[in-house]
Amino acid sequence: MTFAVPANLESQLDELVTHYPQKRSASLMLLHALQEHFGYISRDAVEWTARKLGLQPINVYELVTFYPMFRQEPLGKTHIKVCRTLSCALAGSGELRTHFCSKLGLDAHKHAAQTTPDGKFTVEFVECLADCGNAPVVLLNEDLLPKVTPAQADEILTKGKAK
Amino acid sequence: MPQEHRLILKHADQPGYTPDLECYLRHGGYDALKKVLALAPKDLPDGKKMSPQEQVREDVKASGLRGRGGAGFSAGIKWSLVDRRSGKPIYLICNADESEPGTFKDRQIIHKDPHQLIEGMILSCWANDVKLAYLYIRGEMPQGAKLLNKALDEARAKNFLGKNILGSGFDLEIHLHRGAGAYICGEETGLIESLEGKRAYPRIKPPYFPAVLGLYMCPTIVNNVETLCHVKHIVSMGPGEYAKLGTPNNTGTRIVSLSGDVKRPGYFEIEVGKVTIGELINDPAFGGGLRDGRKLKAIIPGGSSSKILKAGETFKLNRKGADGQMTKVEVPLLDLPYDFDSLMGAGTMSGSGAIIVLDDTRDIVEALANLAEFYAHESCGQCTPCREGALWMSKALHRMTHGEGRKADADYLLHIAQNIQGRTICAFGEAAAWPVLSFVKKFKEDFEAKGAADEAKAAAAKH
Ligand SMILES: Cc1cc2nc3c(=O)[nH]c(=O)nc-3n(C[C@H](O)[C@H](O)[C@H](O)COP(=O)(O)O)c2cc1C
Ligand code: SF4
Ligand code: FES
Repeated sequence: MTFAVPANLESQLDELVTHYPQKRSASLMLLHALQEHFGYISRDAVEWTARKLGLQPINVYELVTFYPMFRQEPLGKTHIKVCRTLSCALAGSGELRTHFCSKLGLDAHKHAAQTTPDGKFTVEFVECLADCGNAPVVLLNEDLLPKVTPAQADEILTKGKAK
Repeated sequence: MPQEHRLILKHADQPGYTPDLECYLRHGGYDALKKVLALAPKDLPDGKKMSPQEQVREDVKASGLRGRGGAGFSAGIKWSLVDRRSGKPIYLICNADESEPGTFKDRQIIHKDPHQLIEGMILSCWANDVKLAYLYIRGEMPQGAKLLNKALDEARAKNFLGKNILGSGFDLEIHLHRGAGAYICGEETGLIESLEGKRAYPRIKPPYFPAVLGLYMCPTIVNNVETLCHVKHIVSMGPGEYAKLGTPNNTGTRIVSLSGDVKRPGYFEIEVGKVTIGELINDPAFGGGLRDGRKLKAIIPGGSSSKILKAGETFKLNRKGADGQMTKVEVPLLDLPYDFDSLMGAGTMSGSGAIIVLDDTRDIVEALANLAEFYAHESCGQCTPCREGALWMSKALHRMTHGEGRKADADYLLHIAQNIQGRTICAFGEAAAWPVLSFVKKFKEDFEAKGAADEAKAAAAKH
């Protein structure tokens, strides 16, 4: 499959580039948009971005490896980010993540993103999501869920399986 | 009775208050902008004139506003350090990276009252001759980013942004820029690198003070979300009225994020220094106390990077008596007023305004291990002491919380932490070292007992 950025997306990206006096500044915003569209950042996407911004591919690739939100492989349709940091840990986020992992057959000791073989779920332990008063917190795709209980966790899994 | 004083969050939680422009306008929104645009130059006693912009900069200085992002540095002084003679453009960046563990105040503003932030930014840009500004929001706030983009569009449509704002001749554009999950982007020079499209490697100061060599090597102001919102209120109220809020040198209000072992975690806006730590934790208007049957063990008072305070500690603080003389008074932990200076006097800091409470059921070694893992994960990796030290501390604490501790680990941790602080490019080094130094020093018996118990177990297993 060849890598192709649809024309309407490309014009949005061209508009983003105009936000900055130096094109290179747009790289994070471009990568976000490409990841949103393609699901992850492929080598082709890196090279495309570099060409667009007049950079070397390494200038873009080093961003993909530095910033934890960028992915080099596709993720599950339901992306579950459980907050690992202190306030959430005190409220049981460790147990919550173990709950997700064991129900999905994933390794409960691995913090990095893990995707189920059917491509439906990705579970990840992330750092403070800035909603500590509602611990334990889960970022479910783009939605922040407060005070997540094991029952709610099961509901997330049921919904995700039907997707 | 200690109470909240809502200035920034005055409307945010009112029923029916929505984040759109119409609602903001109905509540007096953008009146402060109209007010400054109508200001005339002021005649000074020496016959010179003070520009309206300079008047607002002086007002911000006179208000006593201190930065709400972490360091508590005077906003007015920060602005006065900006190099205005370089001939280069001046940039302003709003730091909405909110990622200091325990902190969730900027989120409230972004989600519930985004136009207040935008108005604060416009005023601050106008006062500092800024024509291009950025709002740097952390990547994990996708909804917040959408809300802010919508609000920026609305403001553009009404000409609160763009060319010749409200006919004043002032041009300003603000763009939203999203981070992508790295804590170090909150450090202002790391943020600037990230905004330039690079890895967020903090720059060394000197020479790279943002006020002189910031974004694109131009003079740059970096302020926190909450700080910029206060500018709006300083303009609306006037600096004199504003400074009546709070306490001397600790003026205004501040949003405190309270989490951990309290009955009512949440955010509370208080007059700075008018409410004590004990009230924040125990008063029904605030945290509502610990869960039944629990006792206080410790408090992390200003985000995870601040030094921990142990239940029962007392501190010697400088207090001005009725006769104007400074005297030292002994203040117990729970009676510490929540403000910048009192917490500094107690050897810690109010940082990002985030209190994390630990009760007596908590294992202090586990709590530190959790934070150490955060710092090990988030070090940008430029400086060897920080990159290696943060990892070593985390590994040692991982051992200690997995049955393989040693009695000597307490001193080992102190040794590493002491060799990080002061030896790094940015203050992340201190942020990683301070929790370890303070936890281990104040709870040394817990650390040693845990290590000794593991050693005894290991020795018994050998026989
Ligand atoms: C490691 C580190 C992380 C920081 N994270 C944040 C942050 O998430 N948000 C923030 O406003 N300031 C953060 N700061 C402070 C900023 O560097 C900067 O001082 C602040 O944005 C200035 O704004 P203020 O003067 O309005 O407080 C951080 C500092 C350090 C050293
Ligand atoms: S102190 Fe740590 S985070 Fe800061 S520049 Fe050095 S390695 Fe990076
Ligand atoms: S610790 Fe989980 S949201 Fe802050």
